[in-house]
Amino acid sequence: MALCPRVESSQFALEMLGISKSFGPIKALENVTLRVQQGTVHALVGENGAGKSTLMKILAGVHQPGAGTIVRNGNTCAWKDPSDSLAAGVAMIYQELSLAPDLTIAENVWLGIEPRGPLPGTYSKSRILADTRALAERHGFDVDPNQKVENLPSSTCQIVEVLKAIARNAEILVMDEPTSSCGEHGVAVILEMVKKLSRGGTTIIYISHRLEEVVEIARDITVLRDGRAVHTGPINDLKIPDIVTLMVGRNLSDYFPKKKVEVGSTALNVSELSSQTVENISFDLRWGEIVGVAGLVGAGRTELARVLCGLDPSIHGSVAIDGRITKIAKPADAISSGVMYVTEDRKRTGLCLDLPAAWNMTLPCLTELGMKHILNLGRENEIAEETAKKLSLKWSGPGALASALSGGNQQKLLLGRAIIAQSRLWVLDEPTRGVDIAAKIDIYELIGRMVADGKAVLIISSDLPELFGITDRILVMRRGRLVADLVTSETNPEAVMQLAAVDKGRT
Amino acid sequence: MKKLVRELLPFGSLVLVIAILSLWQPDSFLTLDNFLNVLRRSSVYGIVAVGMTFIIISGGIDLSVGSLLALCGMCAAGTMIRLGGEEPTVGIMAMGTAVGLLAGAVGGMVSGALITKLKLQPFIATLGAMSLYRGIALVMYDGQPINVSSYRYLGEGALLGIPISVILFLAVIATAGAILQFTRFGRHIYAIGSNVEAAHHAGVRVDRSLIGIYTLGGLLTGLGAMIAMSRTVSAQPTAGVGAELDVIAAVVIGGASLSGGRGTVTGTIVGTLLISFLHNGCTLVGISTNAQLIVIGVVIVLAVAMDQFTRRKAGDAA
Repeated sequence: MALCPRVESSQFALEMLGISKSFGPIKALENVTLRVQQGTVHALVGENGAGKSTLMKILAGVHQPGAGTIVRNGNTCAWKDPSDSLAAGVAMIYQELSLAPDLTIAENVWLGIEPRGPLPGTYSKSRILADTRALAERHGFDVDPNQKVENLPSSTCQIVEVLKAIARNAEILVMDEPTSSCGEHGVAVILEMVKKLSRGGTTIIYISHRLEEVVEIARDITVLRDGRAVHTGPINDLKIPDIVTLMVGRNLSDYFPKKKVEVGSTALNVSELSSQTVENISFDLRWGEIVGVAGLVGAGRTELARVLCGLDPSIHGSVAIDGRITKIAKPADAISSGVMYVTEDRKRTGLCLDLPAAWNMTLPCLTELGMKHILNLGRENEIAEETAKKLSLKWSGPGALASALSGGNQQKLLLGRAIIAQSRLWVLDEPTRGVDIAAKIDIYELIGRMVADGKAVLIISSDLPELFGITDRILVMRRGRLVADLVTSETNPEAVMQLAAVDKGRT
Repeated sequence: MKKLVRELLPFGSLVLVIAILSLWQPDSFLTLDNFLNVLRRSSVYGIVAVGMTFIIISGGIDLSVGSLLALCGMCAAGTMIRLGGEEPTVGIMAMGTAVGLLAGAVGGMVSGALITKLKLQPFIATLGAMSLYRGIALVMYDGQPINVSSYRYLGEGALLGIPISVILFLAVIATAGAILQFTRFGRHIYAIGSNVEAAHHAGVRVDRSLIGIYTLGGLLTGLGAMIAMSRTVSAQPTAGVGAELDVIAAVVIGGASLSGGRGTVTGTIVGTLLISFLHNGCTLVGISTNAQLIVIGVVIVLAVAMDQFTRRKAGDAA
């Protein structure tokens, strides 16, 4: 039989060549090339903000590249819309799953492409059940198509998402952190699924922070750092520490030198604290100290902050501020005890976007400003203006709506609350996520000024260079527990990453 | 600039309606008597609408106000005739009034508690309350109205030529406006409506505030009920059927958003007056009450569509 391959066709299922993308002044991607071989698992790793999701959004047709081309099966593609990339056989499986919980597995798989039933406007239930079963069997998945999605574990939901993609003739699957919300067993289920898919000839781009998974299943790897591909090639000669080094690479102290601050007495003592999601957490934080909390997404860092700040109830253990046991049952208690939490999700839980910026800044601090009942609008605006200066906030004035501000300036509004309330203990959750470099440096300088002033800062961050740049100590969390309490100057990012990412007993 | 245009839009429509009617019917429309008449007629729903403004800004809704209006009247009138018979004394009438106001506050508080403690959606909770309160009002005296022929002061009384009901209306407007703009409670109402999660994170006691908001709304409904009762010198168990919709319409025409976080007392007043003047004008030019519904319906849709349109424009500019 005469196979007649076109000259330009290669062994690559997909090539993204020289991709660049900027958002305003920020370069998200610079000349990134990603080549994925047919039927393999290709891992894409990098820290938060390294450009993974931007690259994948370009692949999905959500964003258009500023420069570069995408080649699929030898054809150059220009995808304007997610439906274009899906038509070309590329399917995204996002972290937030998009299944309809009240429908069955089969109904979800064929949603929108149901085979027609005998009457107009109906679909054939028996056919979608049979088709789903056949599809699952072909790939070796054990699912009951008639089950409702609502009660499925998240690993099974991932399988349903995959079936949904395959039912739409996807040949390349992009999986974004598929195991982030899974327990031990779920992880095993998903890894097994990926292996089966790959054996069946499906090409997979696998994004994960969990490096032990990556080395287990991927054949090739591409490492992104600061919008560039710093390494690409087969994984077999790479070990986890090598990958970590490639991912971390840069040193924040280059543009943010940490200043030495005299450390005072114990500010916060957390003792055997447990909640629904965190277990037996004990640590100290002293005045003048910046302590980082490292860990993977889902390790329980935000949950720890939520317990400390009265957003979630504790079920065991105690918190002492300045040596006195302090009961923090609701957010107002935290604020009146001098603890200010700055959320990781400023749009959902931080700001009232359609209210004026000044109102957003003063909202938690009105009592502290002596406005327990009656507001003094003139004074409120004055204080807001003053605080804005301290923060180098860029706004059109106190009356500007919070939604009109950029991400960095929105973040500063939330930080301004701690300044106005004169909080002594700042709990910052990913304070520089989605913030441009200039605002980042402003935020670091502010944190530096505050600890020099004798305040204490607990900072949760997924950005290791950031933690290494500004903290005195680093706490590492994994699966709801505190696994290490390290002095920053005596450790290194590789060690922290290893502690955060690698479970004992696995790899 | 665009913001100014947007905020003046309902006010501008009101001025326009008044101007047209003044030119059209200068003799019957443009008189002090007619204006006071319109104000007096709008005072009941206006006062209730002020309470509804608080609730809508907080992102909620209260469908029970019409029923509560009837229930408060029945409670007040019932107290008066139980204690004072056919000719209750002033003291007993005052006591009855207090009972009516209290019934309103309790009615609102119940809705607030259903919403916060049982975590019911405001629409559902107050839909239930709407039926519950109407039922109680009807059962109390077997569906019969109660005559309180000596309870005339709120409906007919006047001070320096200004009807008492109008004075009360103005007092409620001023107080409510001040609460919204100049108190921490008012600020919290906006914050809850804009983003309840963020408000909670910022230490706002969301449940307590919401119960306060619905209680206040109920109290104002009670006040409206007292004026309505005094105007007809009777309490009707079927009073206020459908009132919730007129009241919500007034608030929405005034620029409040049903998704919360936005709205003002002045806007609501403008909305209330706009509806009242349209009714008044329609009557004067001889449009039947049935056909007036068509006019009001068109105005509601137009007002909200214009508001959305200017808002989208402003959003594009930002």
